[in-house]
Amino acid sequence: MKRVYAREEVCAGCKLCEVHCIVAHSEYPKDIVKAFKKGIRPVARVIVEENRPVSFALQCRHCDDAPCTKACITGAMHRDPETGVVVNEEERCVGCWTCILACPFGAIKRDETGRKVASKCDLCSKNDGVPACVAHCPNEALVFEERN
Amino acid sequence: MSLDYTTPQFIIERNRDRCIDCRVCVNQCANEAHIYDEEEGRVVSDDSRCVDCHRCVVLCPTRALSVRKYPLEYKEHGTWTARDINAIYKQAATGGILLTGMGTDRNYRIYWDHLLLNASQVTNPSIDPLREPMELKTFLGRKPESLVIENGRLAEKLPPQLELEVPVMFSAMSFGSISLNAHKSLARAAEEMGTYFNTGEGGLHRELYRYGQNTIVQVASGRFGVHQDYLNAGAAIEIKIGQGAKPGIGGHLPGEKVGTEVSLTRMIPRGSDAISPAPHHDIYSIEDLRQLIFSLKEATNYEKPVSVKIAAVHNVAAIASGIARAGADIIAIDGFRAGTGATPLRTRDNVGIPIELALAAVDSRLREEGIRNQVSLVIGGTIRNSADIVKAIALGADAVYIGTSALIALGCHMCQQCFTGKCNWGIATQDPNLVKRLNPDIGARRAANLLRAWAHEIKELLGGMGINALESLRGNRLMLRGINLTTKELEILGVKHAGE
Repeated sequence: MKRVYAREEVCAGCKLCEVHCIVAHSEYPKDIVKAFKKGIRPVARVIVEENRPVSFALQCRHCDDAPCTKACITGAMHRDPETGVVVNEEERCVGCWTCILACPFGAIKRDETGRKVASKCDLCSKNDGVPACVAHCPNEALVFEERN
Repeated sequence: MSLDYTTPQFIIERNRDRCIDCRVCVNQCANEAHIYDEEEGRVVSDDSRCVDCHRCVVLCPTRALSVRKYPLEYKEHGTWTARDINAIYKQAATGGILLTGMGTDRNYRIYWDHLLLNASQVTNPSIDPLREPMELKTFLGRKPESLVIENGRLAEKLPPQLELEVPVMFSAMSFGSISLNAHKSLARAAEEMGTYFNTGEGGLHRELYRYGQNTIVQVASGRFGVHQDYLNAGAAIEIKIGQGAKPGIGGHLPGEKVGTEVSLTRMIPRGSDAISPAPHHDIYSIEDLRQLIFSLKEATNYEKPVSVKIAAVHNVAAIASGIARAGADIIAIDGFRAGTGATPLRTRDNVGIPIELALAAVDSRLREEGIRNQVSLVIGGTIRNSADIVKAIALGADAVYIGTSALIALGCHMCQQCFTGKCNWGIATQDPNLVKRLNPDIGARRAANLLRAWAHEIKELLGGMGINALESLRGNRLMLRGINLTTKELEILGVKHAGE
């Protein structure tokens, strides 16, 4: 499956990926100003890891043997059988954070802006095409591609 | 601490209705002009730190930012402008030479804008380059007096030539003054477009030896990074005598820019200042220059053309004649509006002559002396677009060098702060945090695109004149007419006035 890969050597650390991740998962995915100024602002599901000059954007790796799905006590965290994307069904999530403990990448975040739920990259699977972080990276430091 | 009399040059305007306090501007400004106020939870700006590089403006996801000239009026005065006054404040505070970057920002006459091109009408057909073949191929190097042909083939070996698919090369910008990613971008673009990039005086990074076939290696007064393999790595060698932005003076790369890679490439200790002397200490005459030219030819088995680069100065025609006679294959002339990473302000703004006049004078002189075939002429220093190139070729140039235009293609926004080492676009810096901002994949693509676009435009302009090969335009000054020029200027340019 296609995944997001970071090219650390050209990551400028601008964090526009985080900004556009927030917008894409907000109530106003088409209006960045409203996404930030109105309603509940979701947490970014991509995290820019920094130890200057090293920086890169990290998001869920959608592992083949995703430990988070095995750890989940309610079955909310699961792999979509069609797309292979690991997604969290927020209605079933109880916010126990077991997935956060299990994730070897630290790619799952706590979202306490509304009901407590685990928040992670869904590869923007609601909209077809390229994830928002990849589409908006100004330096092509994120690529969305199939790799073996 | 006493009072600093300087005032901000720019004002950062933040549209609060659009700003989302995402802090992209904060993390992208190397000058720290944007600050996040933790207590207020909002981003604020310090105008005095802004250099107007537009990094924040371009990256702001909500287009909330703009930068304007600081709205501070000095009492009107015909002689004493804000520029003059602030220069004195700065020097009175520091006691130092004023440094600057890029080419002169003074409004000297740009002769390209006073030259107009011809087009075919009725009596001779124009050519549509989309339907008919159009040739831009250019060979740089010494051309023989005559050709000896036997059985339909050349009987003698031609002197070594550089073969260009487009008459545009990337001019000398050293690794040190610009980043490795900038060098990589230009090297790759040169390879893709069938032209050359020039190492500048800082040597060739080991990762770039693979682009040697598209590289001109430079030998300057500091001899940084010069060794046998380096000379043989390139397709041609260029001896740098002078530079348009700072004729008559040397160069100085401060020690803080000499990191591990620059140090290895230049073959100097890490952290040491790289000082290029003003003259070559082994060149005090044309005869001395001849010795260096032939030493380099000897070292490379007479397989590579040798170029000599000089700044356009008062006696440029006589100097060029001497260089041709000293055995150079190419003469590169850099006009006084040419760019640089760092130069004393007064030198940049006051020394040298315009490239258009220098080119015309040199081409005329070499023709008069019957030695024009012995050298190719490459000119640089404010080639801003394809029309400038066509005019340069018509005035007598064989090809042009572009430096500033190439950097603008890579993202340079002309803030003229190259010498600070804080280039927010990752070009004129060695700071690893900033160098990463220039993705060489994107840089190479954009630089190649620029040449591609200009090649299309040159073909269009040639077609309009009814010319199907750039070679037919070379030195064809009848294709030019001057406007708003004095008789003397027209005489030097060798161009008729419009209407004549």
